[in-house]
Amino acid sequence: MTLDIHLRHAFPGFRLEVDMVLPGGLTCLFGRSGSGKTSIVNAVAGLLRPDEARIVLDGARLDNLPPHRREVGYVFQDARLFPHLTVAENLTYAPRVRGRKVEGMARVVDLLGIGALLSRRPAALSGGEKQRVAIGRALLSQPRLLLMDEPLAALDEARKAEILPYVEALRDETGLPILYVSHALPEVARLATTIAVIEAGRVQALGPAAEILSDPATAQLMGLRDAGAVLTARIAAQEEDGLTRLETAAGPLWLPRIAGLPGRSLRVRIAAQDVILSRDRPVGLSALNILPARVAALHEGQGPGVLVRLEVGQEHILARLTRRSAQALALAPGVTVHAVLKSVAVAQADVGGLPPAG
Amino acid sequence: MDWLSPEETTALLLSLRVSLVATLVSLPFGVAVALLLARGRFYGHALLNGLVHLPLILPPVVTGYLLLLTLGRQGWVGAALWEWFGFTFAFRWTGAALAAAVMAFPLMVRAIRLAIEAVDPKLEEAAGTLGASRPTVFLTVTLPLILPGIIAGAVLAFAKAMGEFGATITFVANIPGETQTLPTAIYAFLQVPGGDAAALRLVVISVAVAMVALILSEALSRRVARRIAGR
Repeated sequence: MTLDIHLRHAFPGFRLEVDMVLPGGLTCLFGRSGSGKTSIVNAVAGLLRPDEARIVLDGARLDNLPPHRREVGYVFQDARLFPHLTVAENLTYAPRVRGRKVEGMARVVDLLGIGALLSRRPAALSGGEKQRVAIGRALLSQPRLLLMDEPLAALDEARKAEILPYVEALRDETGLPILYVSHALPEVARLATTIAVIEAGRVQALGPAAEILSDPATAQLMGLRDAGAVLTARIAAQEEDGLTRLETAAGPLWLPRIAGLPGRSLRVRIAAQDVILSRDRPVGLSALNILPARVAALHEGQGPGVLVRLEVGQEHILARLTRRSAQALALAPGVTVHAVLKSVAVAQADVGGLPPAG
Repeated sequence: MDWLSPEETTALLLSLRVSLVATLVSLPFGVAVALLLARGRFYGHALLNGLVHLPLILPPVVTGYLLLLTLGRQGWVGAALWEWFGFTFAFRWTGAALAAAVMAFPLMVRAIRLAIEAVDPKLEEAAGTLGASRPTVFLTVTLPLILPGIIAGAVLAFAKAMGEFGATITFVANIPGETQTLPTAIYAFLQVPGGDAAALRLVVISVAVAMVALILSEALSRRVARRIAGR
């Protein structure tokens, strides 16, 4: 799958100028609010008529079709379920208005866990339930592309945690290309196979998620506080003291018990601010995960911080230090160090193998 | 209805027929104009809005007289209708219905327009992304959501039509059995000595019909609103 997006549109006070070619998988449009992310997906859906547009999905022009003929599913931030219809009627709305047979209902209901809600009305659903029904409704329109505009932004943390696995399942099990708008980095790190960083109406960076997330230059664009790298990992063994040993291209990692049989794939995220550097191998330290690394690049920002890109085995991770510490350690490209990981977050990937990165 | 004289019964039945026809025939136009005013952005929007509301502001006699000028047998539209189709509104019950419809139109449009403006256009956008064309979106999303407003507008228009006096008597006069509705009948009875009792009976009926219509519409729109909100 490829999706070509070329847009020019003048808004009062800012211009949208986008040229990008996206691969399949889940592409996150990441950026601050007001950066133009939503305008891009609205243009793809046909809800925004840009001054100039060329949108091509697998060789077929979309931009000259009216919204209802684009076959693009759209999950909005605010669910937008039809209040006068039951959940089941909402789900089957698209095939019914197109006069088609409802296909895949059981699978979608099962995938999203909404079987118990079918006869209810939207007014009787929680925020998380509404959003799951909205996702199901978009899927049952048999779209060729799914757009999701901050589908979790209106939900609290517990509800987010409720929906995230369903989005992951979508990404991994349906093979449907997804364009996902977000300004929350942990969400992006967990879901994206490709990331496009959008700022002031332009694409500032575009590439496979692992690359974008471990590149200090783009990390800075995405916000220093949240910067961090994502590694792909595989469960190597469940050890007797309750720890799980993960195998990554950066070396082994030990984490508190993660459910799953050896061989299962995972994504782990290492936030830059959770990485401490040491020139000598530290001794007498409580940290479990200490990886030998080599400094690949230093990236100085405006403030007192420095982002360090580290080569660890065949992977890259980021560390965030103060400029003073970087000088004290005499860090420079090529210097070998030890990276002490204070914490590692796990995000599940699918069971059957990792999605193609890019 | 043996406590009503045949004359009074005729006036009541005619009033019901005139109001019902006026309401039902003008309803599609009411919805269309309300849609135009609520959603349309076009040259002459303010003019259309003013035109629709004019009967609310003008003295009813003026509206009736304008109808007579345009649609009377000698009027520039009325003459053509008569010439080509042999049809006229003048001094017919259809004329009474037209006068009632014109007078009730602003109230009907107002109620429906408010309902349309309360519909979130984002829902219609969502329906579009799900494959519904503009007409389908209107039929499957907009129309069900504005149904309580349409009912309210229709009932309001019906009640207004039942009470219409000035424009009716100016346009189609006060002919028993043809154009004599409840209000014009009450007026006629009050003009003759000893007509007070008949007038009073018709007054009671007017009040009763109005009350029943209001209660019915309340119940109906509450039920529809409940169905739409899904409670």
